[in-house]
Amino acid sequence: MIFSIVITGAPYSSQASASALQFSRSALKLGHSIHRVFFYADGVHSGSALAAPPQDETNIPAEWAELAREHELDLVVCIAAAVRRGVLDENEARRYEKKGHNLSPNFNLSGLGQLVEAGILSDRVVTFGA
Amino acid sequence: MTLHLINKTPSESSALSSSLSAVSEGDALLLIENGVYAAMPGYAELFTRLPGSVQCYLLENDVQARGLKDLNQEFRHIDYDEFVELSCRYSKVVSWF
Repeated sequence: MIFSIVITGAPYSSQASASALQFSRSALKLGHSIHRVFFYADGVHSGSALAAPPQDETNIPAEWAELAREHELDLVVCIAAAVRRGVLDENEARRYEKKGHNLSPNFNLSGLGQLVEAGILSDRVVTFGA
Repeated sequence: MTLHLINKTPSESSALSSSLSAVSEGDALLLIENGVYAAMPGYAELFTRLPGSVQCYLLENDVQARGLKDLNQEFRHIDYDEFVELSCRYSKVVSWF
């Protein structure tokens, strides 16, 4: 079965991203595929490469990046939600004349069209809300 | 048939009460995250009017994480693998939060 996952909660303020990680790991382990993981609203903070939680805590952005590398997942961060929260890739940093950028290399900024497409191409869309 | 996912306690949001008014015959209810608190005995009354065909589930990981015991026995405890299986069994997964 083809899943897509939507996450609207920020890591460390809501359980959404952590729950979605565990759900995704189970789905992949059981032989299902994940067409896309879409990070929306406060969920965009999971795409930050600069998160530096204490070493005895789960680094949620890093766990997503690792899962993406292992399973070639398409991790999409909503561009409009991201830039207003200060999650920028190199292009957006240039466009807004910012000195740095922080989107993890395993994530991509894109639009809501990617969420619509995920809904069309997936058998199930599971949302983990804030 | 729909799997309804609830991740908030009845006191922190109207997610549960909204979902209960939308549940139909043959649907299932899965409490996750803070939603598992709704299986505490004090909230049992909320679930008494559900159609008999509605299955109720709790995510055991979240129950354990919160140290909850003596929960409503109408709820079956499941793990993440069974959560994935339920998502396959029901044609839609609707999240209330």
